[in-house]
Amino acid sequence: MSDTAEKRPGPHKPSGWAVPGGDPYISIQNVTKRFGEFVAVDNVSLDIYRSELFSLLGASGCGKTTLLRMLAGLEEPTEGRILLDGQDMVGVPPYERPVNMMFQSYALFPHMTVAQNVAFGLKQEGMGKGEVEERVEQMLGLVQLGRFARRKPHQLSGGQRQRVALARALAKRPKLLLLDEPLAALDKKLRESTQFELMNIQEELGVTFIVVTHDQEEAMTLSTRIAVMNEGVIQQLGTPSEVYEYPRTRYVADFIGSVNLFEGTVSGTGAEGMRITAPEAGIDIHVDAGQTDARAGQSVAVAIRPEKIAIAKQDDKPSQGENVIQGIVDEIAYQGSLSIYQVRLADGKLVRVTTPNLTRTAERPIDWEEPVWLSWGRHAGVVLTS
Amino acid sequence: MRKGLHPVTIAMLLFGFAFLYAPIVILIIFSFNEGKLVSVWSGFSPKWYGELLRDPQILSAAWMSLKIAAMNASVATVLGLFGAYALGRFGAFKGRTLFTGMMTAPLVMPDVITGLATLLLFVGLAWQRGMSTITIAHITFSMCFVAVIVRARLSSLDQSLEEAAMDLGARPAKTFLLITIPMLAPALVAAWLLAFTLSLDDLVIASFVAGPGSTTLPMVVFSKVRLGVSPEINALGTLIVLLVTLCIVVAALIFQRQEAQRLADAQMADRAD
Repeated sequence: MSDTAEKRPGPHKPSGWAVPGGDPYISIQNVTKRFGEFVAVDNVSLDIYRSELFSLLGASGCGKTTLLRMLAGLEEPTEGRILLDGQDMVGVPPYERPVNMMFQSYALFPHMTVAQNVAFGLKQEGMGKGEVEERVEQMLGLVQLGRFARRKPHQLSGGQRQRVALARALAKRPKLLLLDEPLAALDKKLRESTQFELMNIQEELGVTFIVVTHDQEEAMTLSTRIAVMNEGVIQQLGTPSEVYEYPRTRYVADFIGSVNLFEGTVSGTGAEGMRITAPEAGIDIHVDAGQTDARAGQSVAVAIRPEKIAIAKQDDKPSQGENVIQGIVDEIAYQGSLSIYQVRLADGKLVRVTTPNLTRTAERPIDWEEPVWLSWGRHAGVVLTS
Repeated sequence: MRKGLHPVTIAMLLFGFAFLYAPIVILIIFSFNEGKLVSVWSGFSPKWYGELLRDPQILSAAWMSLKIAAMNASVATVLGLFGAYALGRFGAFKGRTLFTGMMTAPLVMPDVITGLATLLLFVGLAWQRGMSTITIAHITFSMCFVAVIVRARLSSLDQSLEEAAMDLGARPAKTFLLITIPMLAPALVAAWLLAFTLSLDDLVIASFVAGPGSTTLPMVVFSKVRLGVSPEINALGTLIVLLVTLCIVVAALIFQRQEAQRLADAQMADRAD
């Protein structure tokens, strides 16, 4: 599964997983979790390396939270092993694992002050009073909440509560921090600034983070690597750019960002590229060679990202000979920094195109119901076999 | 259109209030009756309150009732808490449905049956009947009420609080003490008070399992009334009504102030983002 991920070019952050032969820090081996008949996690194997900020991404019910809870020890796997730093974690209760978790609801103790919340884990360790106070102060400083130490959780805003939860989870200096939808309860503006705060803290402390999220943008921004999950199975594993630029399945292509999918059959393969006859597009789509091992005659889908398609007016026909189709503008959405066009092809298929608004007022704006040319390069399409 | 209550609505309201409170109001009025006859007004006097406080039988019965009620409430709260916790937190263990049913059955069991059954048990064990038997009998039925109240609160409690405590290194017993119990405190107080009231109130079960020298207040009242209602009993009733009203008003005021404080805090906090 991961062999293709290593072959592919892409911006790599220098870290453990890029070094061949590096020891995985967390090793999830053939883990299955069943609740009665329901299979929440289905034979998942996954290696995570030291200091990674790893995301488990998927829609609700895909098993990502169950996987996280198994790492915390709050659920036991039905089958399989979980190794943390080489040590088998199965059967080790949550209170004996060097792992801490930040809960989606934050789970702050309402009857304790902010400082008492942060100190809770340290006191369980039997740490001395002075040392506890020092560490609490340090942690609250890290999340910039020093002056709120004596408040109760209900006296804090959502953003502040989120930071208390983070400080509490980090206070024991865990080897591994698990974050369950850490930003889901915040509004959009706050979420963006908190994302960067989270990344800074992670870099500063060097703790390994595993984040569960359903928000693909969040996963893309935060992560060194992403595992896209669906129905208890990891669909794809890779860096954000790999997952975005080279989705391996229709599910991943569709889940991460938006995508145009053209169903078709391979009608020619060669050194210079692959030709796919796509009735929906009304043309043969050409893509670069070496992407897949799809054979001639095989039915596949071609995924093309909206920003990789160029849109041009009727009298401005692109000069390239392939990957050019005609359509009529169905819908235009102006979003400030970019515009989204929905273009109807001859047989009714809708294609999404986004273009950045480079000039303040386009000299010749494209209008509704206007016939246009759509074109893209050979590198734009990704062939999906599953 | 004039805003206000329709005459029919007012009539219904008055009827409802009369239905609920007329007997109590009459009881209170006649506690200040001068004469010995309960149903004939013969002038105002607080003398029956003085009589009441000099009646050793009533005083000792009241003391006995309070002791039993306090002991019953404390033991029932602990046992009910354990039962509720087992049902609410141990997952789907074998026999949970049966346990749940058996836990709530005494709520609908007629007092006569409970009284008879416990009496037979004590007779079978040749247990000396008295204060201890009344207390035990009371615990058997009031712990079910406690369990129901505590379980309702427990199921509305965010389980991730307990998980978070364990995740931070607290063993299950410590989590229970440091997190679960404080979170359940309001329900435990409410359950304690209910168990206390139930015990104070009970006549039937106590009559079955009481022995010589262990007469509770309801038993004394009932036996006195059988010999003819005396204004002394009215005075006692009035005092109890007064006490209960006072407790409810104080509790409501405290709750209201806490709620207002909490709302104000939350509003302040939200402005911080």
